[in-house]
Amino acid sequence: MEFTDKHVMGLKDLLYRMADDLLILGHRNSEWTGLGPILEEDIAFSSMAQDKIGQSLALFEILHELGESEPDTVAFTRNDNQFHSCQLVEYPIGEYDFSLVRHFFFDHADALRFEMLTDTVVEPLQMVARKFKGEIKYHTMHADIWLKQLGSSSEEAKLRMQHAINEVFPLALGIFEPSDYEAELIESGIFAGEAELQSRWLDKITHLLTSYGYTIPVLSDTVSAYGGRKGKHTPFLQPLLDEMTEVFRIDPAAEW
Amino acid sequence: MVKPLNNREQIIKSALEMVADPEIPTISIVDLGIVTKIESPQEKVANIQLTPTFSGCPALRVMEQLVHDKLIEIGYTEISVVTSFETQWNTNMISDKGREALLKHGLAPPVKHDGYFELDVLSDTPCPLCGSRNTTMKSPFGPTLCRSLHYCNNCSNAFEGFKPVS
Repeated sequence: MEFTDKHVMGLKDLLYRMADDLLILGHRNSEWTGLGPILEEDIAFSSMAQDKIGQSLALFEILHELGESEPDTVAFTRNDNQFHSCQLVEYPIGEYDFSLVRHFFFDHADALRFEMLTDTVVEPLQMVARKFKGEIKYHTMHADIWLKQLGSSSEEAKLRMQHAINEVFPLALGIFEPSDYEAELIESGIFAGEAELQSRWLDKITHLLTSYGYTIPVLSDTVSAYGGRKGKHTPFLQPLLDEMTEVFRIDPAAEW
Repeated sequence: MVKPLNNREQIIKSALEMVADPEIPTISIVDLGIVTKIESPQEKVANIQLTPTFSGCPALRVMEQLVHDKLIEIGYTEISVVTSFETQWNTNMISDKGREALLKHGLAPPVKHDGYFELDVLSDTPCPLCGSRNTTMKSPFGPTLCRSLHYCNNCSNAFEGFKPVS
């Protein structure tokens, strides 16, 4: 079908959501570099950071083809209110339980999102979705192993993980904040929509968390942390951007 | 590569077989399977398409440059080297020669798969040093994005594997 302006705006919004999530969470993950509780974990979070930044670049390239600015410009010169990322990804890394649970919730959502996008009508997006799927598989595998192991570990571990799950769950629901273009995205075959994704995600994480011995907060009692997709962020995002762009801003025209 | 290569393209392919992966110098980029298009419609003109192993691979730009330099070296002047996701790389695209080359570098070659595989396959990766399958996967993340960390219970050595990717 022929795309109208609204379809293109919806597609761009979708791409910005995904790219910004990956850029910001990639940056947060990189904050574990040198600080991981054991060497393997240090490497794991650093590797996932590298994957996510690489994936965000591929999505910014697609946006560039659609007429947006160069990837570096888009990534490094916007203020917090111009970011379409969900609030979940901007929270500081906190304790390891928080980072692991965020990683578990986010990567399962991302794996399902790109799975859904493997048959989008937008060809370049279809290609990267097929590529990312194989990479994210290792991320969800890593998260699953830790959630499972800690769920059958000491009482303290179980308690802390359950506490982190309760704390992160409302933030994770913010991933699925509907866009203004849900109908256009769905009718055009660009994307089956955030509501569909949330429902697939809930099934997935409910199944896994229950099998690991955790309880899942009740959806109807939970207020989703919306706002991020529309540029409303927590006070955590702007300092992150200031730090991330510090070197870039010294000389924005520098050749790298 | 579906279309048969013409003579010039064959020569380019042979030249690119001399371009080593910057992170694993025993394997060429052709054997790694990342050269997805070689086109030379006329003298001096070469259009090459590469596909990344991992989206975040930091060696990508270096590889583009290495390909560019190699084409200059063999006399091409109108060169385009692009990286594209049109063909998505997977580890089945590594040639048999490439798998040998990985082993030579001390890396366990990735298991072959038919598109879908469970990550459990990582747990019995054969040790590249003694060949034993009595090994343990320590971490799916290693020193580069494409490697995992393992331990051999037979010869008591730590080793790295090239991760299977579908």
